[in-house]
This record gives sequence, structure tokens and C-alpha cells, in this order.
Amino acid sequence: MDLLRELSEHLQNGDAKNVAELTQRAISEGLPAKTVLDGGLIAGMSVVGDKFRLHEIFLPDVLLAAKAMYAGMDLLKPLMIKDNIKTAGKVVIGTVQGDLHDIGKNLVAIMLRGAGFEVIDLGNDVSPQKFIAAAEREKADVIGMSALLTTTMPVMKKVVDLVKEAQLRERVRIIVGGAPLSDEYAREIGADAYCFDGINAVDCVQKFLPRNR
Amino acid sequence: MTPFHERLKQPGVILGDGALGTMLFQRGLSPGDCPERLNIEAPEILEEIARLYLDAGAEIIQTNTFGGSPLKLASYSLDNRTEEINGRAVRALRNAVGDKAYIFASCGPCGKLLEPYGDSSAEEIFESFRRQLRTIIGEGVDAICVETMTDLAEATLAVQAARSISTTIPICATMTFDSTPKGFRTVMGTSIEQAARGLAAAGADVIGSNCGNGIVNMVQIAAEFRKFTSLPIIIQSNAGIPVLKEGAVVYPETAEFMAEKSKELFKIGVKIIGGCCGTTPEHTAALRKVVSGTVLC
Repeated sequence: MDLLRELSEHLQNGDAKNVAELTQRAISEGLPAKTVLDGGLIAGMSVVGDKFRLHEIFLPDVLLAAKAMYAGMDLLKPLMIKDNIKTAGKVVIGTVQGDLHDIGKNLVAIMLRGAGFEVIDLGNDVSPQKFIAAAEREKADVIGMSALLTTTMPVMKKVVDLVKEAQLRERVRIIVGGAPLSDEYAREIGADAYCFDGINAVDCVQKFLPRNR
Repeated sequence: MTPFHERLKQPGVILGDGALGTMLFQRGLSPGDCPERLNIEAPEILEEIARLYLDAGAEIIQTNTFGGSPLKLASYSLDNRTEEINGRAVRALRNAVGDKAYIFASCGPCGKLLEPYGDSSAEEIFESFRRQLRTIIGEGVDAICVETMTDLAEATLAVQAARSISTTIPICATMTFDSTPKGFRTVMGTSIEQAARGLAAAGADVIGSNCGNGIVNMVQIAAEFRKFTSLPIIIQSNAGIPVLKEGAVVYPETAEFMAEKSKELFKIGVKIIGGCCGTTPEHTAALRKVVSGTVLC
């Protein structure tokens, strides 16, 4: 288990090179991919998330840790597919049409991936139709939308309405986030939850998709 | 008109204008459109807004070039029109205000993150700012305002880019802070002490803060800057955090509230006071009353 702890620590330090090396070593030593993911990468990202929330570290540290996490995940992914290991769930995420701000959305994607969810990131300026198409194609469990501009927030309601229209509302949960949003706004447009940050988004999605927890 | 660097040495608070984005949205800018596109397509809108702020008593008018760096313009495929967009922005304001106000060139974040946590090199970002600022300085603005920065490294590159083009042009540099349990920090973790020292070292002449959570926090931020710098301080506050009222976005701080609270900024010795998101010519007019009624500092 020391190897996994070391892996987690290198991830927390944003050391992509060592994370890749140790992930490779763990695989070579025969550790199951899921064990490496949970005990090394996810464990490390969880510490990073907590420290970020407590303002002990800031955005650059999280971005570096995420790069390190991806270095490890890239090696594990083919094995997970081969072993037919299901992720904790699938989330389609994007910044809504008209909005080019993506730092918040990227953070949410990082935290969700760091918690073992599969994230399909549609980028920014995503049209309602694109959200729906991706949710259908990917058989997503959750749609996550971000808006930083008060002027683009109304697009979120359009997506919720389209999800209903496409008769996906039964199986797709909808979370929203962004600086100008609130619980009230999420309720008003018919979303399932407002998430105030990436870690909160993880909490919400875990609550919605408890099957792997 | 007295050159701006001379004006800085004269007594009295200098009053800047208020929000531009807020005014542009009121005039039909669609969310997701490039605000700087208006410089080439409808400069008369910028002239109109400039006159409103001038009439309200602003001594400084800022250009519509916040996102005018080619890296930022590239998100709208407008980077090949960088010179035209930035040049027209300055000329529109000169048309509108002549020499009745100082023209400050706004220079906001490039929208890319620096290596190693991001993917853009320092050289790439420096060159992007340099290209924008070369045009702007060539057009004859009175000062550069590097603003709303959250990464000190990026702010430093912007200030250095301006300095590399002109050794004499006054440069203001502001960063945007949140209140955290660890004190005021930018999203990227920069503290006020780090900002004050870093921006001064980069070559800024006036330093401070803009945007943010409202005037009450700004008073504390200004006091903190005062501890770490002897340079003139600039504060441009949002009119609070926007709230939704019956589907419409409202900035809660009234002109009177901001003007009253701004008196505390005078006490701290803030040299330039203006407004950011949510402030209007009404706020500028209210600030003008208290600025003019203040004992010279």
C-alpha cells in the first residue's frame, strides 16, 4: 500500500512525471487498475479538493494536481476498459451557450474525474441541442451546466426544458453552477441541484448516483 | 490638459468612470458576443457611453479594449483584426471626450493560463499583450490600465509589455480579490502583499483592485494595499454582488451607498476611484459630489 500512498502524495504535489512512473509500476506489479485508481489517484485528488476548499492551496495547485492525475489515468484507462470496470457514473458537462468562461467548469470536471466519474466535457459556448445530443449519445447520468454571466443563465432553463421534451428527465439528473447562480434559481428552472463549487458538485452527483458508493 | 503623471502628483482624488459591460448589455450587446467587436461595428455606442460618464463628472474614461489582446480575440476569430479593434477604441473615445478627460486603455486577462499549470508560455502571453498595447500606445492614450488580473505572473507580463513599449506612459495595475479565511486572495492565490510588491516591481505607477464583491470589502482591500505600498492606489469597485430579482439581474449597491462608503477610501488615501460591474453614470455623479466635496489629500 506504500506505493499507492506515494502515488497519492506525488499527485498532491502536482508531479505528473512521478505519478505516471508510479502508476506504471503499480500496474507492472499486478495491482488491479481499480485499486490504483481508488487508492492512489482518487485518494490524492480527495486531499487536494479538501485543501482547496479550506484555502490551504489555490487554483494553480489544483490544476497541477489534475495534470498529474490525468497522467496516471491515461495509463489506467485502457486497463479499465479491458477489465470492463464501470466508472462511478457519466456526466456531460459544459459552459452554456454565449458564455466563454470555463475555469469553474474545468474545476468541476477535475473534481468529478478525481472522484471516479467519467466526464464528457463539451467545452464552452455549448448550445442546448448539443447538451441533449451528448446526453443521449453517451447515455449520461448527469448533465452539468455552468454560467458565469447573468446574461447567459437563462440558457440553462432551455436545456432543462429540452431534456424533458426528449423524455430524458427520468434518468438524467441536472446540476448547475456558476458565480451568479443560487439554490432558488436552480429550483426555479427545474434543475436538481445548484452546486457552489467542484467538491459540492461531487457531493451532489454521489448522492444522485449512489450505486458505486 | 495636464499630463496624467503630473495630475497624479496634484492633490485631490481623481474620479474614474463606471462599468462599460453593463452599459453595453443595456444597448443590445448579446451575451456571448465579443464586446470589442463594437469598436469596429458601432463605435458611436462607445462615444455615447463615454459622453455620459464625462457629463457625470468622470475625469478618466476607459477604452473598450478589456478583451482586446489577440489571444482573447482569437476566441471570436478576431485576432487578425487586433490593430483595428484597439485603434478604433481609442479614437472613438478621443472623438467623444477630446481633452476633457484622460483616456485609459483597459487591458484585461488574455483568457489563457500560464505554464506549468496552464498551457500558454510566458513569451506567448507577453507578445499578445505587446501587440495590443503597441497599437494602443501608438494611438496616444494617457495611461494603461492592466485590470481584473488574478494571476500575478500574467499581470506582471502585461505591465512589462506596456513598459517595453514606453518607458514613460503611466501604468495602473489592478487585481481582483476574494475574501477567504486566509485573508484577501485572488482566485489564483495571490495575496495583497504579493500583488503590491509584484506589480510595483514590474513597473506599475498606480496599483490597486477592481471588480470584486462590493465597496465594503474594497475599503479593507485598499487599507491592506496602503500597508505594503507608497505608490498611488486605484480602486474600482463593483456595485456589490449581483442578485436576481424577478428574473432580472440587479446590482444591489446604490449610487448613494457607494458614494458614502467611498469617503473611507479617501481617508486611506486612495488616489483614483472609479466603478466596475454594475456601476452607472448615476454612481459616477454621486461619487463626483463626494470627491469634489472632499478636503484635498
